[in-house]
Amino acid sequence: MRLIAFLIIFLIAAMAVSIAFGETALTAAQYHRAFTVPGSAPGEILWSLRAPRVVAAALVGAALGLAGAVMQGLLRNPLAEPGVLGISAMSALGAAIAIAAGLAASPGAIEIAALGGALGAGVLVVFLAARLSEPPSLILFGVALSSLGGALTALVFNLSPSPIATAEVLSWLMGSVANRSWSDGLVALIPIAPGVALSAWSARGLTMLSLGEDTAALSGLPMARLRIAAVAGAALLTGAAVAMAGVIGFVGLAAPHLTRGAVSDDPARTLAPSAIVGAILLVGADLAARIIPTPEELKLGVVTALFGAPLFALIAWRASRSWRG
Amino acid sequence: MTAALELDGVSVDIAGRRVVDGVSLTVAAGEVVGVVGANGCGKTTAIRGALGLIRLQTGEARLAGRPVSGLGEADRARLAGYLPQERRVGWNLPAWRVVALGAPHLPPAKSRAIAMDALAEVDMTDLAERGVFDMSGGERARVLLARLLATGAPLLIADEPAAGLDPDAQFLVADLLRARAARGGAVLVTLHDLTLAARSCDRLVVMTKGGVVATGTPRQALTRDIVREAFRLDGGLIETQAGLVVAAHRQSSFDRLYGLTGSSALAAPTTDTMPSPDPPP
Repeated sequence: MRLIAFLIIFLIAAMAVSIAFGETALTAAQYHRAFTVPGSAPGEILWSLRAPRVVAAALVGAALGLAGAVMQGLLRNPLAEPGVLGISAMSALGAAIAIAAGLAASPGAIEIAALGGALGAGVLVVFLAARLSEPPSLILFGVALSSLGGALTALVFNLSPSPIATAEVLSWLMGSVANRSWSDGLVALIPIAPGVALSAWSARGLTMLSLGEDTAALSGLPMARLRIAAVAGAALLTGAAVAMAGVIGFVGLAAPHLTRGAVSDDPARTLAPSAIVGAILLVGADLAARIIPTPEELKLGVVTALFGAPLFALIAWRASRSWRG
Repeated sequence: MTAALELDGVSVDIAGRRVVDGVSLTVAAGEVVGVVGANGCGKTTAIRGALGLIRLQTGEARLAGRPVSGLGEADRARLAGYLPQERRVGWNLPAWRVVALGAPHLPPAKSRAIAMDALAEVDMTDLAERGVFDMSGGERARVLLARLLATGAPLLIADEPAAGLDPDAQFLVADLLRARAARGGAVLVTLHDLTLAARSCDRLVVMTKGGVVATGTPRQALTRDIVREAFRLDGGLIETQAGLVVAAHRQSSFDRLYGLTGSSALAAPTTDTMPSPDPPP
């Protein structure tokens, strides 16, 4: 609990810093005005542009961090991440189809298509998870679904009549929380809330799975239902994250690893801290995307990959000890 | 009284091949039953069938008189605890947390207390906080055995609990399982060490090629003929001052081919009362 409290304070601090700083530098007087007159120009920048964007980054990061921790626990695999079962790829395919079909202008169309892709893949994976209890079979199926999603997205590019649509899809796939509104955040909570509930319920099953399928099956826990809850929860969280911000790598992979040492490797106790660490990572990455001076604002997925990959290599190096067995 | 476990003509197919063929056995409260047999004879599959972890082609498995196929997850766990042969643990959990998973329904403080008691039983109190990856294989095996003990189930099924352990720990495992039986528990255990099996089990079930070739006390089940048939070894039980010992040696290739016994039998221990086993020539 102390760890979670500490992480929440850290997250709030990170969000405050991320709201305070950005592309437009403000003077002390402008900060003062933003607080006293929220409707003023500086107030608009802080509360209508940056704050909802920072909240969106936190939500997406938390969803990815939690989904990653659930996947690693379920599959007993430190390399698992939210995309491992193919849900990200199918979600991205949904968005790509919506953009190529010219629906980008209709509000919410891309998000709904992305969530639809995620849920379609989620239903398929849940159906399989109920039958394939051994992690390797599920991972292999996920790899196949990911490849299929990637191939179909490439097909969308291939057949797309306009290069503008292709560029739009690519840009969307690189991930961003720019220009998100408060209502976007609220809408994202619709899939995130049940995702969190299902993940939390599956937690004790994840710890039991550390001992293998046979032991878990005889532990007295309702393993069949817990396993389905874990897959469904992770699918909802991943779908919500992709729908809101595109495909963002590394957060879901790294957050559980950054957390695990502090909770003595227990998959159940990794969930909550991993979600908060995911939020912190993405809030930080979004701040970096905004303040690093580049001609075009950096895409969030690009930042997480650029910083995430070396950081993750370092964690992997230090944690390799605990991957034995 | 209803047996803790009954297998009644159980057969299991894996990938179209019959791996367990018409196995019947019972384990009653207060006894330790050992299943012995060569690698691949179907011991583990029979156990997994008994626990409802794998579909049975024929026959029925009953826990405390109730067909295992009709038991819910909670009921099954209440009736039987299982220690699989596979000792891989997914994450580097501290020993006591692994053991506490034996009692997942209890409040944390209570399951921790049960875990600490079980760790004390296997002589691992000092390593309670250590991660299971930071232990030797034998230490980890003892932690996993402690988890089995922590289930407190009336039937304990342990698949190769003594494999890879030092001699002292092998005796410890046998003593712990015997102690459970003495307190009214039923224990089913598979063992490769025939001497350990002969000493620690009340009854032995000898399996070969998926079927049972002998059931009975160690003396009844480990006769020369059965040892030859099940293990392709020449030898058998002998009584020593330290207890029962199984002394045997491999049959010659000629005998293995033709199933002959004459020449090799001469070289094996010839009486059941030899003071100590002679090493085979």
